[in-house]
Amino acid sequence: MTARFAPGDPVRVRPGAKPGHVRTPDYLKGKDGKIERVLGAFPNPEDLAYGLSGEPERVLYKVGFSQGELWPDYGGPAEDPLYADVYEHWLEPGGGK
Amino acid sequence: MSHGHHHETSSGSARSPLAARVRAMEALLVEKGVVTEAEIQDNIRYMDSRSPANGARLVAHAWTDEGFKARLLSDGKAAAIEFGIDAVASPELVVVENTPEVHNLIVCTLCSCYPRNVLGRPPDWYKSFEYRSRAVREPRAVMREFGFEPPGETRVAVHDSTADVRYMVLPMRPPGTEGLDEEGLADLVTRDCLIGVNVPRTPALAG
Repeated sequence: MTARFAPGDPVRVRPGAKPGHVRTPDYLKGKDGKIERVLGAFPNPEDLAYGLSGEPERVLYKVGFSQGELWPDYGGPAEDPLYADVYEHWLEPGGGK
Repeated sequence: MSHGHHHETSSGSARSPLAARVRAMEALLVEKGVVTEAEIQDNIRYMDSRSPANGARLVAHAWTDEGFKARLLSDGKAAAIEFGIDAVASPELVVVENTPEVHNLIVCTLCSCYPRNVLGRPPDWYKSFEYRSRAVREPRAVMREFGFEPPGETRVAVHDSTADVRYMVLPMRPPGTEGLDEEGLADLVTRDCLIGVNVPRTPALAG
């Protein structure tokens, strides 16, 4: 399983909804972040939830965001980071800043 | 089973509708031969055998052994197994290190993913809607309520463990603990320190 993104790559979490079980929290949808670490490939939990095989496996990334981007009214330094684990099919290349 | 949510029977809730439903399901599973009563008891014993003391021992060992600390930070699961913790069948464990520059906080906004092999069962507040929603949005306010205020120049890093990896915080060794052995150090490390809502305190110097 080759990873589409590498550490340092800018990414955007795909906006929008998908019916059923989803492992990408809503507050990250449409947000810009950066690949922090490639965590490996795992059976797709969004299929496992329905008793399917989870194949093909999906690459999971630790993605970094800045709190100031996520919450305009964040009560701390805007550069405070937030990291979340996001599967590849929820990510698209980021525009870069 | 790996993601099983164990429903604690705290005092007063033993007759709750949820507890009644669990008992009814349990009785059916036993009656239909899916599991035996002994297997259920063995599983409860196993779940209860895992506690934050495991995580505290890992931290104390990392504080006293630089090589182990490096291994713990690069592959938490392998280091936990090396240390004798039963984690072979557990998810990957990523250990994040607190430094003067960064303080780490763990949450799972989607459910209550938790490194049970090193921390045991999650506390009820960890699973609450309030903690899950506030920890990502106002982590500094949440920590303040636990009695901890990170210095202004320290970045607060939130880790939302939304998927197949579990997280644990490696706190900083508090000053004034040079004379403590590993056991004494482990006593300073509470569950809350391993989640990151608090930090270990310097023990009050006796006498």
